[in-house]
Amino acid sequence: MSAPLFRMTCVSKSFGATRALRDISFAVKAGEIRALVGENGAGKSTLLGILAGVHQPDSGSMEVGGAAFAPRGPKDASKSGVAMIHQELAIAPDLSLAENIALGAEPAHAGFVDRTRMRDQAKAALARLSTEPIDVDRAAREFPLSTLQLVEIARALCSQARVIVFDEPTSSLGKADATRLFQVIRELGAQGLAIVVVTHFLEELPLFADTYTVLRDGEVVAEGPIAGTTSDDLVQAMVGRSIDLAFPRVPRTPGDVLLSVESLSGQRTPSDVSLKVRRGEVLGLAGLVGAGRSEFLRCVFGLDRRRSGIVRIADAPLRSRSPRESIRRRLGFLSEDRKGEGLALDQSIEDNLTLSRLGPYSRGGWLSLRKRRTVVREALERACCKPGDPSAILSSLSGGNQQKVAFARLLHQEAEILLLDEPTRGIDVATKSEIYQTIGELAASGKAIVIASSHFPELLHVCDRIAVFQRGNLGAVRPASDWTEASLLRAASGVGS
Amino acid sequence: MNNRSRALLAALAPFLGLILILLLCGLYGHFFKPDAAFFSGHRLALIAKQTAIVGVGALGMTAVIAAGGIDLSVGSMIALTSVTLAQTLAAGWSPVAALCATIAVGVAAGALNGLLVTGLRLVPFIVTLGTMLVYRGLAESIAAERKIAASAPDWLGSLLDPPASGSLQLVPSGVWIIVVLAFVLALVLRRTVFGRQIFAIGSSEPTARLCGVAVERRKIEVYALLGFFMALAGVLEFDNLNGQGSPSSGGGTELGIIAAVVIGGGSLNGGRGSVVGSLVGALMITTLGAGCAFAEISEPVQKIVTGSIIIAAVALDRTRQKQGS
Repeated sequence: MSAPLFRMTCVSKSFGATRALRDISFAVKAGEIRALVGENGAGKSTLLGILAGVHQPDSGSMEVGGAAFAPRGPKDASKSGVAMIHQELAIAPDLSLAENIALGAEPAHAGFVDRTRMRDQAKAALARLSTEPIDVDRAAREFPLSTLQLVEIARALCSQARVIVFDEPTSSLGKADATRLFQVIRELGAQGLAIVVVTHFLEELPLFADTYTVLRDGEVVAEGPIAGTTSDDLVQAMVGRSIDLAFPRVPRTPGDVLLSVESLSGQRTPSDVSLKVRRGEVLGLAGLVGAGRSEFLRCVFGLDRRRSGIVRIADAPLRSRSPRESIRRRLGFLSEDRKGEGLALDQSIEDNLTLSRLGPYSRGGWLSLRKRRTVVREALERACCKPGDPSAILSSLSGGNQQKVAFARLLHQEAEILLLDEPTRGIDVATKSEIYQTIGELAASGKAIVIASSHFPELLHVCDRIAVFQRGNLGAVRPASDWTEASLLRAASGVGS
Repeated sequence: MNNRSRALLAALAPFLGLILILLLCGLYGHFFKPDAAFFSGHRLALIAKQTAIVGVGALGMTAVIAAGGIDLSVGSMIALTSVTLAQTLAAGWSPVAALCATIAVGVAAGALNGLLVTGLRLVPFIVTLGTMLVYRGLAESIAAERKIAASAPDWLGSLLDPPASGSLQLVPSGVWIIVVLAFVLALVLRRTVFGRQIFAIGSSEPTARLCGVAVERRKIEVYALLGFFMALAGVLEFDNLNGQGSPSSGGGTELGIIAAVVIGGGSLNGGRGSVVGSLVGALMITTLGAGCAFAEISEPVQKIVTGSIIIAAVALDRTRQKQGS
């Protein structure tokens, strides 16, 4: 075959001091389907952002069909022939399929949409993807997810895309739909497009991909043809050794069971999960994005609705399902979405820190602000939070210090069971290490801790036991020492161990 | 600039605006109308009186806006409560009973807004747009679309009358009531569990929920609180019309009230709002009106000026916020 249709050469990208991508080079020929794999945090999202024009590379270049490709935004990228099919579909549910396919590039005469041409081009594009007839005049909301995915691909075809990038296309599809999608992808390849598929599900690769590229810590660490490569080879390449990070460990011995969850099911995920956590124990929840770890914690805490199941705290069932009752029963929850949910960013440190427990300063509803300030100042000191001024507005703090405030709140509300969802997300290395230290000390003081994290090395070092979630179900639960990064990755991505 | 001086500047900004307007009026008087000073005791008392109704509404609205809500039905609530007061008095109720009934109607109307917002999970803009019509219609049907005249004792019916000349009271007693209520509300918002939870809800509702705040209950309470203040506004309106309840009262007042809160530093995104700022904002709007009248600027031009100042004040506030963070 001739020169590649898409080529990326030595692309690097940093965010502040964090180097997200370093000298990334790969190429995709016309008709080639390349799988892009890597652990959470390996740099896939940044790479996708660069392809879509959301981020601009610091250095390096890209080309499509021999012409330079430096998109300034998603629309720019699609004009150059690079289309992106996201995990979250960009579909307007109330518009018809034809309108959705034409969205943003409606065929028109003098401002009036040419509906006949719009329908014809929609039908033609869908016909390239599916042999079944699809009624393009019905509203998108009447169709299942798998069809809507085809609609997005059809939109890409209509915009004359030559390179299509899929981001986790099968993560919300059932097995049958996934298999059908693989056929579509292969068909697109056969029609001469260059395809890039970002995926977590390694076992699926042989079903559609020709070649692979493995990212780790922002670098390409392996690539080659899929034929003759096993899942194990890929796992080995993905795991490797990551950046050195201090994982302080505080000695501790587990005590009585403090939190026990029986057959807990949420609205969508998780389904039928049973787990026990002891005092002085740190339990890790591993899994890929969307595996149901966060949802599990949220269901336990009462933020998400439960479908069924029982949560017991020290043998007494938690009857009410509100965060309020959970806090009263000494549960504490740290949100993975620090800015949107965890903290009120335009309020002061003291308001944020004490919001979940104002009781100690209240007499008949009136607060003693002086008493509160003293307590908050001490709490900040204990948390080593640098700006020790309790009246500082939270948005003026660094991400690390914000997280320390969120942690301090859990301690202030005297939580005995700490449910931590991605406690170190978006935090500098030094603060991470401090947070691990705090977690260890809290466990040693007899608290029960559950950590959901997509960063496997973190779980392996910090936790006593690790449970793996896969597509909403609880898989194996074993002592941390029985797991390796490779075995966690295998269990999480559904590769038979 | 450190946090504290920045916060101080933010709190002072509405004052500066007010002083600027007063200064302009004074200068205009000095150069163009040397024989009729702008700053006469009479004019200032009039401004205080004219601010009273919007001001008392702005107090309650400050709490609602700080909680991330909005209430468009406040103008209609003025009509509903003042008609209630007139009707009960005319029916021979004792003044105390009539006042209690008026307050009960105001609180109920506010609480209903809160219940609809939380119960139906609708945006407050839409809910109160609806109740704006509902309450107006209720007021009109209670009053049979006419003004109702009723006599009330001085303590209830003359709250906006100017004090006896030479008295130390300076402004009508209704204005003093507002000052006291403003002081209490400022304390409540700043130093009670209720107040801090209100700000948390307005700033980030998910965070408040996460922290176990009874979000729904608090919202209903804060709308009911606004209803209480609107009942007082209704009483003042009754006094303003010299003992009449009019079902057409308060039309358009909701906009003045919201503008006052926003000029005073309240954010329609919630989480911010200052009692003193809102009062100053209300004062600014009436002073502007009085100043324009003094300078013999025509009413249409007056509207254009007031509107522009509202936009300018909020735009200034926005840029300052951005620099701050």
